[in-house]
This record gives sequence, structure tokens and C-alpha cells, in this order.
Amino acid sequence: MNIFPLEAFLQPLADNPWTYLVFGVIGFSFGFVLEMSGFGNSKKLAAQFYFRDLTVLKVMFGAIVTAMVLLFLSSAIGILDYNLVYVPETYLWPGLVGGVIMGVGFIIGGFCPGTSVVSTATLKIDGALFLLGAFVGVFAFGETEHLFDAFWHSGYYGRLTLMDVFGLPTGVVVLLVVFMALFMFWGAEHLERIFGQRDLKREPRLRYAGAGALVLVALAGLVIGQPDASDRWAGIAAEKQALLTSRQVQIEPGELLASLGDDKLNVVLLDVRSEADYNLFHLAGAQQVALDDLPALVPALLAEPTQSTVTVVMSNDETAATQAWRLLQAESISNVYILAGGINYWIRTFGAGEEDIVRRDVPAGEDVLGYTFPAALGALFEAARPSPHEWELEYTPRIKLERKRSPSGGGCG
Amino acid sequence: MTTVAPARRGFSLRGIFSRPEKPYIHPYLGGALLGVVLFLAFLLTRNGLGASGGMNRYVAAVQDAVSPGHIDQTPYLLKLAGGTKNPLDDWSVPVLTGALIGGFVSGLIHGRVKPEINKGPNVSNRTRLIMAFTGGAIMAYGARMARGCTSGQALSGGATLSAGSWALMMCIFGGAYALAYFLRKAWL
Repeated sequence: MNIFPLEAFLQPLADNPWTYLVFGVIGFSFGFVLEMSGFGNSKKLAAQFYFRDLTVLKVMFGAIVTAMVLLFLSSAIGILDYNLVYVPETYLWPGLVGGVIMGVGFIIGGFCPGTSVVSTATLKIDGALFLLGAFVGVFAFGETEHLFDAFWHSGYYGRLTLMDVFGLPTGVVVLLVVFMALFMFWGAEHLERIFGQRDLKREPRLRYAGAGALVLVALAGLVIGQPDASDRWAGIAAEKQALLTSRQVQIEPGELLASLGDDKLNVVLLDVRSEADYNLFHLAGAQQVALDDLPALVPALLAEPTQSTVTVVMSNDETAATQAWRLLQAESISNVYILAGGINYWIRTFGAGEEDIVRRDVPAGEDVLGYTFPAALGALFEAARPSPHEWELEYTPRIKLERKRSPSGGGCG
Repeated sequence: MTTVAPARRGFSLRGIFSRPEKPYIHPYLGGALLGVVLFLAFLLTRNGLGASGGMNRYVAAVQDAVSPGHIDQTPYLLKLAGGTKNPLDDWSVPVLTGALIGGFVSGLIHGRVKPEINKGPNVSNRTRLIMAFTGGAIMAYGARMARGCTSGQALSGGATLSAGSWALMMCIFGGAYALAYFLRKAWL
């Protein structure tokens, strides 16, 4: 069972004021280490780009690989849920252009935003001017973003990881990144020797032990392996099975219709039936996805804002939908519900006026389509798109929005 | 302030600010420590580290105080501070504030809190300060466009293996190296 990240941090900060303090302490340590590493000094930072002193690269990649191996080892041994860790979404084009602009600002100004903060804190006047400029830049972006809003949202790939890009298992990617970083450190030391006249013999030998430790932790993560959906389900099975049995997560057609009519909710409809059944009849706006293909949809579902997104899975009855529900629970998707009685019950509720849709006998509880249709009209039937305003149905409300992420999302939002 | 004060016994304010300057720690040790801080941030809170996001929220808070009507008409700002939303109610704000204090305390302990301008030997103070201001504005504009700076994207996204963060990290280094040759007089 995953313990981390702590439940309190998935809620709005104001609900638990002490969480501010934890973030404050994390920020304090961040500033402290940056200053100790020399990141308050613009000359040291700029030296990176003239190959004299590659401290920036060593500290940055040292930090990235250290955090990475610890993070994925924690996930492998099951104390941290990687699916709940914020992974910055990929907006490729604004990311690339913004990155180049940042590089230009870095070499002109001699800092990045974080380092200018510690520089200011130690009374470096150039750091303070950079920080002042940064506030102006932030302000200017807020005021001009509307001019290129489409570009700012272009190249969206959601929660895209290097594992997805290269099609490699997590443990392998982690190990490769460690090797890449060690190779860069080796190259950096030789550049410093050539351009910065640094004597490598005086470098601490302890760094070899550090490199070895990084490789070992990465290897441990690789050998243990990341938990798959069935491992993750095993940890939560008892608790979740109780929800299924007490029918806390099956929502009636009336509640789904009301949710679809609620402007504040983003309802994702996942239809896990066969393509043939889907083509015959499906709810307007539903997306067909075979059970086997459902894992591929997980990153996109993880990227949805949790405070306003409800995912509803449906099959003809409930069997396949329940399987889908289990998988999405195992992947830590929040606010997932099952359409009670499936499509069959939906048609029984809303399809009374449709003479073309004829009921046929199927064994009760079987997950097969209980109706015949004159043609495969999909969502063109009236019953596929009932108006939320015309129907007043009684139902027991089940949907309780559960925040798995702080309301502002993650990252630098 | 830059003159070395004689060593004194007991507590004195000037004594704190004129400690002998200590060397920086070894970059690999700095990297490892920063990595542990970053890991703990993820472990406890699911969020990594960030700097420009906090700045963004301070700016939005000032704008919200000065002209709330303008916020409500700008979609980008609306997300941060629209209506009754408090733009400072976000993790990036205490992290940024904490970083300022942490940097100051480390500077005090290591004798590096002193007013000075770090620059290459061949530029004037004035030029250096203009460049710092300009660079800051450009960097922050790019950081908001990229939805995060070297902390939020390169460090935090890098460690969680976000594909977009790795791509933009390469762009930061690429952009800086591409321009470095032309700015060598400013730094060398």
C-alpha cells in the first residue's frame, strides 16, 4: 500500500494550513543548497557556458539523477505512487520555444529564476536586478498570452514520459539516464581540465563511490521492477471491493444525465464494449475503448484536472465496466464510476419512446446487448442524447468529487 | 561592508555579516543534496520544486489588489486569481519564500551575505545591471511560456522523466550556448 504522497497534500493547501510550513521548509532547504553550491554567484553560473567551470551541469544533473533513482526505487518497493506524482505535461512547441528564450535570458542575465532568488538573499545587486526583471517578464507574459493562446496550447501530449517515447521499461530508462549523466560528468571534468586548467588529481575520490551508489540504486529499481496494475490492485482490493459490493460507485442513468448537464463538470464517458455494439448504439460523446487498450488511456486520464473530472465506464450490463473500473482504480485515477445496469438499463430508461429499438431476451446479468436496432446509428438515436432538462429522474447520488491533486494542479502553475 | 572586521567575542550584528567567506561545497555534493531535497518534495507532497510559478503568483496577487477587474477579463490571469481565488494559495508561494530565507541563512553561515555585483572584468557595473534586468525579463517570459523554469521543468520534470521537460532542458542549454560566444566580452 502506497503511503506517499501524503493525503493532506492532495487537498487544497488552505484545508491544512500546516502544509504551508512543509512547503516552506522544502523551499528553505532548496534555497540553502542552491546558495551552498555557489548558485548565488552569476559568474559561477555563466562560467558553465564557457567550459571553465561546469558546476551548473554537475549540480543540476546530479540532483536530477539522485532524485530520479530515489523516486523510482520508492515506487518499485511500493511506498510512493508514481501515478500521483506530478509529471509536467508536455506542450512541445511552447516548451521548445520557451526553453530557447530561457537559455538566451540565462546567458544575458547570468541567472535562472531560482538562483536569482538566493543571489538576492545574499545581497548581490545583479541578482536583485535579475529578480526585478523576472517579475516584469512574468507580468509581461500574463498580459500578452492572449495574443498567442493557440500556440501556447499547441503540441499537447499530456503526461508523456521518456518511457512512452522510447517504449522502454521504467527501470531501463532510469539506468540509461544515470549512465548518460555519468558520461556527461566525465566529459565535464575533462572540459574543465582543458578550458579551466582544473587539476583532476585533486578531485575527491569519493565521487567514484557516489557514481557507484547511483548505479546500484538504479539497478535495484530495475530488478525489483515497477508495480503493474495487478500489483497495485492487490494493495487496494479489499477496500475497493467493498465499494463495489455496497454499490457506492455505480451511478444510475439519472445521475449520469444530471452530471452531463452540469456545466461545472467534465464528464469522460468510456464505452468498453465491442466496436460492433458501440456502432449499433452508444451515448453521445462516449469514447469506445477495448479493455485491452484501456491502459494506454491512463496517462491522458491522469492529466485531467481531478477537481472537476468524472470518468464513467459502461458496458452492456456491468461486468466489463467493473473490470475497467478496477483497472482505473489500480492506476489511481480519481472519480471513476460505473453506469449502473449499463447500456441496457440506459435504453430501458430513456428509450421507451423509440419504436425501432426492440428488446430481445438475454439472460439476466449477462454483459450482452439486450436490444436490436434497425441500423447502426450509434449516437443518432434519441435515447443516446436525452436532454438533461426534460428528464427529472429520482436517484441516490453517488458522485463525490475526490481531489487527488491540489486545485491549482501541479508544477509551476 | 566589504572590509574585514576584527574578530569579536560574543554576539554582534556586524560580526554575523562579516564572517570570513567560506568556499562553496563540491558540485557533486551539492547535486546529491539538492537531489535529496527534490526527492523529499516529491515523496511528501507529490510536487517538486519551483521558482517562476511562485513569482507568477506574487505578480498576480499585486495585479489582483490593484485592478481585480482586469484579472477577470484576462483568461490566463483568471485561472490564478479570478473571482474570490487567492493567487497566493499555492504550494509554489511558500517554496519561493522559503528559498529566499534559506539562501539568506546559508549566505550568513558561510559569510557570503555582502552587497556586491558579480560580473566579468570587462564590463561596467551599469552594463552588468542592465543585462541582469534584461536577462531576467527574457528568462521569466520564456519560463512562463514553457510552463516552468529550470526548477519546475528541468529539475522536477527531469527527475520524473517528463519527455517535454527533457526536450526543453536541451533547449535552455542550446539557447545559452548558442549565444555565449557573442556575449563572451560580458563574462570573460
